[in-house]
Amino acid sequence: MGNLFKHWVGDPALFLAVLLMTAFGVAMIYSAGVLNIPSPVTEGAWIRQAQWAAMALVAFMIIRLIGPRWIEWVAVPAYVVSVLLLVMTLIVGTGPGTASGVTSFLDLGFIRFQPSEFAKLATILALARYLGTRPEDPVTLRALVAPAAIVGVPLALVILQPDLGTALAFVGILFAALFWAGTPIGLMVLLLSPGISLVLSFDPIIWAASFVFLVGALYLYRYRLFLVESLSVVLANLVAGTISTLLWNSLADYQQNRILVYLDPSVDPRGAGYHVVQSMVAIGSGGPTGKGFTAGTQKRFDFLPEQHTDFIFSVIGEELGYLGTILTLSLFAFILYRLVRMAEGEDDPFAGLVTFGIFGAWLVHIFVNIGMTVGMVPVTGIPLPFVSYGGTFLLMSWVAIAVAARLADDA
Amino acid sequence: MRLVHAHNRRRRAAGALGFVAIALGALAIQFFRVQMLHSNDYMLKSESNRLRPLPVAAPRGTIFDRNDRVMADNVPGYVIYVLRESPESTRQILESLRPHLGLSDERIEILMERYQRWEPLVVDIDADFQAVSVLEERREDFPGIVIEMRPKRRYVAGSAVAHVLGYVNEITVEELAEPRFSEYEPGLLIGQVGIERQYEERLQGRRGVRYLEVDALGRIVGSLAGIKEDPGQPGEDIRLTLDLELMEWIHSIFPDSLGGAVVALDPSDGGVLALYSAPTFDPNSFVSGLTPEEWAIIETDPRKPLFNRTVMGLYPPGSTWKLAAAAIALDRGAVGPHEIMEEPCTGGLLIDGLYRRCWLPEGHGYLDLAGAIANSCNVYFYQLGLKIGLAAMLEAGTRIGFAEQCGIDLPQESRGIFPEANDFWQREFGYDPLEGEVLSLAIGQGPNSQTPLKMAQFYLALARDGTAPTPHLIENPEPTEGWRLNVSTESIEVLREGLRGVTSPGGTAYFGTALEHWEILGKTGTSQNAQDSLRAHAWFAGMAGPWGGEPEIVVVALVEFGESGSGVAAPIVAKTADFYLRRKYGMPPPDSIQTLGEHYNLGRPAPWAR
Repeated sequence: MGNLFKHWVGDPALFLAVLLMTAFGVAMIYSAGVLNIPSPVTEGAWIRQAQWAAMALVAFMIIRLIGPRWIEWVAVPAYVVSVLLLVMTLIVGTGPGTASGVTSFLDLGFIRFQPSEFAKLATILALARYLGTRPEDPVTLRALVAPAAIVGVPLALVILQPDLGTALAFVGILFAALFWAGTPIGLMVLLLSPGISLVLSFDPIIWAASFVFLVGALYLYRYRLFLVESLSVVLANLVAGTISTLLWNSLADYQQNRILVYLDPSVDPRGAGYHVVQSMVAIGSGGPTGKGFTAGTQKRFDFLPEQHTDFIFSVIGEELGYLGTILTLSLFAFILYRLVRMAEGEDDPFAGLVTFGIFGAWLVHIFVNIGMTVGMVPVTGIPLPFVSYGGTFLLMSWVAIAVAARLADDA
Repeated sequence: MRLVHAHNRRRRAAGALGFVAIALGALAIQFFRVQMLHSNDYMLKSESNRLRPLPVAAPRGTIFDRNDRVMADNVPGYVIYVLRESPESTRQILESLRPHLGLSDERIEILMERYQRWEPLVVDIDADFQAVSVLEERREDFPGIVIEMRPKRRYVAGSAVAHVLGYVNEITVEELAEPRFSEYEPGLLIGQVGIERQYEERLQGRRGVRYLEVDALGRIVGSLAGIKEDPGQPGEDIRLTLDLELMEWIHSIFPDSLGGAVVALDPSDGGVLALYSAPTFDPNSFVSGLTPEEWAIIETDPRKPLFNRTVMGLYPPGSTWKLAAAAIALDRGAVGPHEIMEEPCTGGLLIDGLYRRCWLPEGHGYLDLAGAIANSCNVYFYQLGLKIGLAAMLEAGTRIGFAEQCGIDLPQESRGIFPEANDFWQREFGYDPLEGEVLSLAIGQGPNSQTPLKMAQFYLALARDGTAPTPHLIENPEPTEGWRLNVSTESIEVLREGLRGVTSPGGTAYFGTALEHWEILGKTGTSQNAQDSLRAHAWFAGMAGPWGGEPEIVVVALVEFGESGSGVAAPIVAKTADFYLRRKYGMPPPDSIQTLGEHYNLGRPAPWAR
């Protein structure tokens, strides 16, 4: 019996943890819909989420039947299809409902789904396929160009939607895969340095200092890099530092605001900082043990933004208190731990890279999503795996778990 | 590829787990700060987040008259508030209310200026029932509006008591800035003038607070019972010395076309029985707030209906002031009570080369003080003034208080105009006074203007033992030191004898004042005025009581441009006293035919006439 269960679910502990998290998510979405003035948006969302969860379980089982080789084979076509879908989304996509100006959904008539969720897994697979088949570890900057490009294409398309949160997940995927493939940390920092320059250039003095630091580091590192590489890093930093203003201006108002508010959430609690302040009030007022399931007042009176999707953790914090926070974080820690252990046990480079890529994506999701509810991270529309309302994301998370477990079977 | 080596994977896995520990550990720490360390702060914020205080108006104290008749009370009214979280949505709601509440563009702008994010905005302090029922029916269409029952002021006697009671109106921005009203909030009704203003703090009570539970969009979710509710405290009821029915009576007998004032005092304690100013207005129309146009009409009315003539109007006292000159003379021993003045009245007197006329060309002959008062003889009083002397006259008149306010418990009272010393002329007119100024002063002319109330207070002293307490409206006031004429009881009797002469058969005011049941004493006066040289203001200052007894009411009437003290002002005084005394002694109330003159004019027999 035990073996049969293991046969069907792969890692029983991970499966049960994910199942528990999904059930918890449905329960919290139910609670998020319990408002004093019911809203059609949140009311009944838990039923739809439960339906998606059932579908996700079916998908999980189907993938358990697929051969691992086939998964490896499908990586490249899936990647190409997902990039095409992302392009299509930009052209004919719709918003998630009311949010105007954001096009992250594809409406197929019978179903609406987010290609970016599909693209995440496809990118993980394609990146693993590429890195897993290289004879050499990616230890030079030049070797990072192709992986960066594989991730960069869907990332750029997602940014154009614009969906900064999912874009961050792609960054997580890239760096997790590179880390697992053996890229030195220093090299990854160099890869990241134009991004850092972009942010720091808002203060010219700090940027100049960081630039000097970068050049110094490149000089010390000179024997490990080609001259062209060093020069392109310097050039990329210079460009990033100078175009930052242009880029800033190209951001939508609400995106600019989110960044400003991150710097100080209390600037304008009724304006851009509203979400963060209300979320912190909800979480803080939960105290050690919370106000009780469905009894959160901040939530009930609709002070919480996006309470069944991106800010579901505010409901958890308000209703279940610090105890609930710690238990939830622990369960996530366990899931991440099991993923890492799973990757560690895989002899096959492709299998290990896929599992670790999933780990990287989820770590970003979990940290950014939970962090933004308490003002640690800028507010970005990024859902909490298994908990936030959202069919495609739930389904693809389960598919990812299934893929990781299927690949682990052969180990 | 190194990836396949297990020890490499172990190392990286350990690194990854370390990274997870740092990331989730950081979250755990931040949540610890928010949920454990600062939980109380956030708890407080979450409470205030959803509770909106709504003021609960305290019913304003009822104002009773001396007979416990209600003068001002409260009836149910409706206040409409708007509770919205943003200026835009507030403006939107105001626009949607516009047709129902008749909001003008200016009104909406004023309201928007007042709007404060977390405070309920008072839109209408007295919505009419029709509008309220429409809004109640279509609640869904007007999110964020709150309709509250709020007691609304009602002035039972309306215009008869308008000036003395005053009225309530929404507190103005200027008033909010005053230290006296530092505790007050916008939208509150506040006493504007009169008693309502004077005893504002006592009548107002303390408003309570009720909490409405709202959601993030300001939609009202419910009223939260039990949390920090404060019912407030109703305003204190106050009882006045006024006699409501007497004031209504005065309102009914005062000539409609004329302006003026009637003051009635109770000699026993200086309580004000009536304080009536004409023309008057309806204070009830102020309660729901006047439109700027309505306000402009009242304010620019040449008859000045808002002007309280009893305590603010200043009029030359004319002959009514001769009693003051007489009292001063007796006080100083300038004349004896029964002393005959040296020069007889021959229709005039040559003083310093100037012939000064008496009002009676034939002259009054030899007169003592009582006779001079009865006949209002100018020639006698010229000589009296000279005997007193200018300096002494100024000193005594000032000491009696003719350059002061009475100190009645009303917010606005004019101080009398009377020269307190010689430099008055220098200050006012730019010259030093001649001794001859005393001649004008002695007959109530010259630089001397008094309010009807001040003259009533002076006659109050004559109706008593020469002392007069501060006239007051509130029942049982804190005792104040009244002033004293410093004349002996027997001198008072002489002065009253003079007054009696005015109203006795043969006296100028006999027909206008003689009553069936009561003895009435008084003095007429006419005062020239700058506005109309032909039509003087008419005065009558008197007192009345049962025959042979002490006076039980002092009444002063001033009729602007009334021309004749005896013909116009005196009957008002007599009829007022008659009404009051009849009720006091349980007699049936009079019809409007009271004085002997009225009986004669209508051919009605007056067998009681002497």
